[in-house]
Amino acid sequence: MKRFAGLIDRLSFERGRNARLRILRDYFATTPDPDRGYALAALTGGLSFASAKPSLIRQLISERTDPVLFSMSYDYVGDLSETAALLWPDAGEQVGDDLSLGAVVETMAAALRPQMADLLASWLDALDETGRWALLKLVTGNFRIGISARLAHMALAQYANRDVNEIEAVWHGLTPPYLTLFAWLEGRGPRPGPQEIAPFRAPMLAQPINETELRQLHPPDFVAEWKWDGIRVQAAAGTDGDGAPIARLWSRNGEDISAAFPDLIAELAGKAHFDGSIDGELLVVHAGVVQSFNVLQQRLNRKSATSKLQLQYPAHIRAWDVLALNGDDLTALPWTERRARLETLVSRLDSSRISLSPLVAFASWDELAAARAAPAATDLGPDAAAVEGCMLKRRDSPYVSGRPRGPWFKWKRDPHLIDAVLMYAQRGHGKRSSFHSDFTFGVWRTGDDGARLLTPVGKAYFGFTDEELGQLDRFVRANTINRFGPVREVTHTADQGLVLEIAFEGLRRSPRHKSGVAMRFPRIHRIRWDKPPGEADELTTLERLLEPDGPSTT
Amino acid sequence: MARRPDLPEQGLQGEGPTGNEIRKSWAPGEPPQHDVPDPAPAGPLGRTADLLMLTPQGLYCPAGGFHIDPLRPVERALVTHGHADHARAGHGHVLATAETLAIMAARYGENFAGSSQAAAPGVSLAIGHTTVSFFPAGHVLGSAQILIEARDAAGRLTRLVASGDYKREADPTCAAFELVPCDIFITEATFALPIFRHPPAGAEIARLLQSLHLFPERTHLVGAYALGKAQRLIALLRAAGYDAPIYMHGAIEKITALYQRFGINLGDVRPVPARDGRGGGDLPGAIVLCPPGALQDRWSRRFADPAHALASGWMRTRARARQRGVELPLVISDHADWPDLCRTVVETGAEEIRITHGQEDALAHWCATRGLTALPLHLLGYGDDDAAAVEETAPGAATGGAAS
Ligand SMILES: [Zn+2]
Ligand SMILES: [Zn+2]
Repeated sequence: MKRFAGLIDRLSFERGRNARLRILRDYFATTPDPDRGYALAALTGGLSFASAKPSLIRQLISERTDPVLFSMSYDYVGDLSETAALLWPDAGEQVGDDLSLGAVVETMAAALRPQMADLLASWLDALDETGRWALLKLVTGNFRIGISARLAHMALAQYANRDVNEIEAVWHGLTPPYLTLFAWLEGRGPRPGPQEIAPFRAPMLAQPINETELRQLHPPDFVAEWKWDGIRVQAAAGTDGDGAPIARLWSRNGEDISAAFPDLIAELAGKAHFDGSIDGELLVVHAGVVQSFNVLQQRLNRKSATSKLQLQYPAHIRAWDVLALNGDDLTALPWTERRARLETLVSRLDSSRISLSPLVAFASWDELAAARAAPAATDLGPDAAAVEGCMLKRRDSPYVSGRPRGPWFKWKRDPHLIDAVLMYAQRGHGKRSSFHSDFTFGVWRTGDDGARLLTPVGKAYFGFTDEELGQLDRFVRANTINRFGPVREVTHTADQGLVLEIAFEGLRRSPRHKSGVAMRFPRIHRIRWDKPPGEADELTTLERLLEPDGPSTT
Repeated sequence: MARRPDLPEQGLQGEGPTGNEIRKSWAPGEPPQHDVPDPAPAGPLGRTADLLMLTPQGLYCPAGGFHIDPLRPVERALVTHGHADHARAGHGHVLATAETLAIMAARYGENFAGSSQAAAPGVSLAIGHTTVSFFPAGHVLGSAQILIEARDAAGRLTRLVASGDYKREADPTCAAFELVPCDIFITEATFALPIFRHPPAGAEIARLLQSLHLFPERTHLVGAYALGKAQRLIALLRAAGYDAPIYMHGAIEKITALYQRFGINLGDVRPVPARDGRGGGDLPGAIVLCPPGALQDRWSRRFADPAHALASGWMRTRARARQRGVELPLVISDHADWPDLCRTVVETGAEEIRITHGQEDALAHWCATRGLTALPLHLLGYGDDDAAAVEETAPGAATGGAAS
C-alpha cells in the first residue's frame, strides 16, 4: 500500500507526460504481482468492488474527532477523503509496509457492506497520511489524478519495449491483476486474450492555430468543418463470435462510456449497425436542432442515463471520419477518400442519431473568417449555437494518432469580452481559503425610474494569476462595505470600485438569475484598475450575445 | 533609519525615566523571585493588561514600555526573530539575540534601528517595571521566546512568555526550543488545525533524494524561505549523506553566508553559476534552492527540465501544493504542528493562552475543551504566508521571507 500511495501521490502532482510515464514505468518494474496489476486497474478504472460511501468516511472520522475541529479542518481542506486522511488519529505503530494493495483490493471485493467500517478503520490505523489518502481514494472509487488509460498503456509499452497498439489490442479481454499481460510483456507467457471487438483507436488531434498562422497556409490544400462544442467520441461496432452485434462508445482517452449512452448504443448495435469505427462529436440533437453545450451537459459525467434523460436529451453523433470499415483499416488513406466512404456509410445507416459533419465552403481565408465569425449567417441555421469555431484538415492527410503538427488545425472562435464591476467577493475553499477568490460581478441596467443600477450577471473564480489574486484580495479587504456571512460586499458606485474584464464562451437566458442571463465559463480576463466603474458595460450589450434557447430545461 | 525626534532619548538600558539597568542573569528555569522591579501603577485592566495590550503597532507591554515584534516603527522594540513579518526596520531601539540583530543588519543595512542591544540567552534585563529574558524558540537561527516578569500591586509575580514563532522538532541549524514555564503564554497558531502533523523532516528529504534518483537528468529546484528553511534543508540533506554541491538562488546567498559565519556547517554550497552556454538546461541532476516565488519564474526555465519542489508546512494539503504548481511538495516546516502546539500550551503550565497569527479559533477551541482560558489576539500583518510568498517575487525583496 505504501508503494501504491507513493505512486499516486507523485502522479497526482506531476504534470509532465514523460515524467508520468517514467514514474509508471519505474513502478511496474519494481513492484511485484499482483499489486502492480491492481494499481494498473485502479488507474484505468478497472477495479470493481462495492465502493465505500462518503457517508461512511464521514461517520468513521466523526467518531474520532471533535466536531468543531473537524468542520474547521474540512472547510480548510475542501475534500472529505483528504480531510479524513489528515485528521485520522495516529494509532502509534504503523504497519503500512505489510498491508499490500492486493490484500486491500481482494478483501474489498469479498467484503460485505456491514464489514466495511471495521475493515477501513483497521487499515486507516495501519497507514500514514499519504497511505490513508490513497486508500480512501481507492475505496471510494474516486480516482481523479488525470492518468488516462492511454497513458497507462503507453507506460506499459515503454516498460516492455512494445508498441502501444499491441497492448491496446489485447487490453479489453483482460481482467485485473493482469497476470497474463505482465507475463507476456516480460516474455514469460503467450500473448493473452482473443482479438478485441469494436476496439478503441487512439484519436488524431488538432493543433490550435491563429489567424496569422492560418494565412501562411494555402487554402485549396484544406477543407473546413465546423468545430462542434460537444465531446469527442469514437463509435465502434462489430459482431462477436456468435454473430451478435456489439457497439461501443469510447471517449478520446479510451474510456468506455457506452453505459452512459444506451440510446446511442442501441442504435449502433441495432438499426444502424455497421462493422468499423467512426470518429465524431457527441451532441444532443433535439427536434433536428443541435443543442448548445449547456444542454449536452445534462448527459455528461453520469454513469448511466434514465429513460427520461434519453428522451429529453437524445444523444447524437456528428460524424467526421471513418477509421475502419468491414475489417479494413482506413487510417492510411487520404482524408478525401475517407470522407467519401464516410458519406456512403452515413447515408446507408440512415439514422436520426448519426449525421455527417457538414463542410464549410470557402475559397479564401477571408471567407472562412467571415463564416467563423457568424456561423448563424451560413446555411447552418439554429445549429450555429453549438459551433465554437472551425476545423481545418489537409485534404491529403492520413489519420495519424496523436497531435501531429500540420495536417489538422482548430481555429476557435474568440471568447466574448465584457467589462463588469466587482460587487461581492467570497473566501475560497480549500487551497484558497485564505483569499477572497470567488468574485461576483455586475453590469449596468437602467431602472424604471431612469436610475442606473448594477445587476449581478455572473461569478468568476479563476483566470487570474496568484499575484493578481493577492491584489484582488487586498482590494476586497480594503473596500468592504458590508458583510453577509462569508460574503463581502465591495464598493461599487459609478466612481468607486473595480472593473473586471470578463471573458466567457456563451450566454443563455436563465430565469434563475436576477439579470435573466447566465454565462458559460466566465473568467477574469484582465483587471481594469484604470477604468471607472461607470464606464463598464450595460445589460443590453450582454443581451445581444444571447444564444438561442434549447428545449426547456427547467 | 532616523530616530523619531519627538520622543525622549531612552535606552533599553541606561537611565530612562524607568531607571533600567542590566540585572544579573539567572539559570534558565529558575525564576528570579528576588530582583523583579516594583510594580507599575495598577491599570484599570488589571494584571494581564499591564503586561500586554494590543496597539496599532502590535503587542505592547505597558509595564515595560516596549513593543514585541512591532509592525510599524516604535521607540523600543523587542524582536523574537529575523523573519520579515516580525523584524522590521526603523525602530528607535531594538533588543534581540545577536543572531537576530545580524540578520536584521544583513537585510536592512547596519542602520536598521537607532540603536540595538544583543540579548544573551537566559540573561535577564530589567526594563521599566519588568524583567525580560530571551530563550531559544527553535524556529530559525537566533529565534527566541521572550519571558516578561512583573509583580502587581499585591506583590504577586506574573510570568508572560511571548514565543514568537517556534517549533519543537530538532533542527541542526538553530538552538532547540526551551520550555519556559509561565502564567500567560502567547503562542503562534500558523498550523493550528489538527490536519497539520508534520512528518519527520528526514522522511521528506528521502523523498527528494528518491526523486533525484528517478530523474537524474532533471534539475531539482527546491523552493524554501530564504531565512531558516533553506539552510535547514541543506543541513538535512548533508545529514542524509548528500554531499554534492548544493546551488543557491541569489536571494538565499546572503543569509546562508551569515549562517556559516555563525558556525553552521553546510558543506559545499555555491551560487548558481552564470549560464554555461552549452545549450540545453543548466545544472542537470543538481539541487538548486530558491525562494518559493522564484520557482515558476523565468529564471527557473534555464535549468534542465526542472522538477519543482517546495518545502513548507502548507504542502500538507494537496490543493495548496497544486496551487503552487509543484511536482514534489515537501512537508517541512519551521513552525510547531498541531500536536506540538497543543503539547506546548499544556507544558508551559500557563493558565491563560493568547493566540496570534494563524488558525487562532481552532486552537482557542481546543484550549477551551481542556479548561484553559484562551483568547485569539487578532493581529494583522503577521505570517500571511501566501501574501509573503507573493511579495518575495517582487524585485528588490530578494531576501524577504516570512513565516513558513
Ligand atoms: Zn510569524
Ligand atoms: Zn518566523
